Amino acid sequence: MHIPDGFINAPTSLAAGAVAAGGVGVSLRRAAQTLQERQAPLAGLVAAYIFAVQMLNFPVAAGTSGHLLGGVLAAVLVGPWAGCVCVAVVLVVQSLLFADGGLTALGLNITNMAVVGVFGGWAVFRLLRRVLPATRTSVVAASGIAAGVSVVLAASAFVVEYALGGTGGAPVSTVLAAMVGVHTLIGIGEGVITALTVGVVLGVRPDLVFGAADIQAPLSVRPEPAPEEVR
Amino acid sequence: MRARNLRLFLAGGLLVTAGLALVVSGFASSSPDGLERVAEDRGFLETARDHLFADGPLADYVVEGVGNERLSTGLSGLIGVLITFGLGLALFALVRSRRPGGGTGRGPGPRGSGPARGSGPAQAPGSGPKPTRAP
Repeated sequence: MHIPDGFINAPTSLAAGAVAAGGVGVSLRRAAQTLQERQAPLAGLVAAYIFAVQMLNFPVAAGTSGHLLGGVLAAVLVGPWAGCVCVAVVLVVQSLLFADGGLTALGLNITNMAVVGVFGGWAVFRLLRRVLPATRTSVVAASGIAAGVSVVLAASAFVVEYALGGTGGAPVSTVLAAMVGVHTLIGIGEGVITALTVGVVLGVRPDLVFGAADIQAPLSVRPEPAPEEVR
Repeated sequence: MRARNLRLFLAGGLLVTAGLALVVSGFASSSPDGLERVAEDRGFLETARDHLFADGPLADYVVEGVGNERLSTGLSGLIGVLITFGLGLALFALVRSRRPGGGTGRGPGPRGSGPARGSGPAQAPGSGPKPTRAP
């Protein structure tokens, strides 16, 4: 899913760069307001985890592989704002140090995976949570389904960029069909990995899962200690 | 107690993450991914240009100079995990330290004798772990 340099022309890449900068900028600001203390180190771990699992390409069809994008995973664990920042950090590291994803395509890749993937997927997650009963199982299921959909959304975002500024001659409709087809398969893997990971964290530290904050066990009777208790 | 649990959780999570990057990555599929496959099938793969840093020491997830392919990929992954984790920690700590309403000044990293707003509210009494950033 990482776009190399050259696929998309300069004007479209620049426009995507603006979208990416705006999305990540707003996310940074909102993360600063909303991220809880105990979730800050978790967000670092989520970024590292996404980096690692993105290396684990799994086969999806003859001669084709896919890997986790991680947008919904990050959003469910630390919230969409910090989640967007997590995925963007991963993409920057990959592009600068690992030559994975073109430098001029960084804005495109951040737009697709950190903005569309995270916020699109998060919207699906919220929708599913509203329909499903308020249980941990629902959170896991909603995470998995939303993650799968988010891959198709990110792939569709690429097709939009290709339609606007693709340098190759392939007709947009065939690119759309091919991208959605293969990324539906990859989305299944994304859903499984996301559901498994969210399930494990929910089992170990449910209080750390942003997307399950509403269904914490009724333990939080004790109020937060006041900041004045320092001395 | 809680804080120690959190630290334990983070350590465990980092260990799993490092293991995935170091060991499991060597067994990942090397087939082209979805986008690359589509680009190839639809005939626009050749519009790709070489990455500017294609000769970098970690380019394409191998460590320059390490011959064994799996080990090379694994090591590059481990390096990437540590860099990403460090970068993430630093960024989110910085972001939180500059949160609006923090009151004291505008520089990153509050210091001085006042309650260190940036390093978070105090822990529950008795739990004792000091804020790691306090001087």
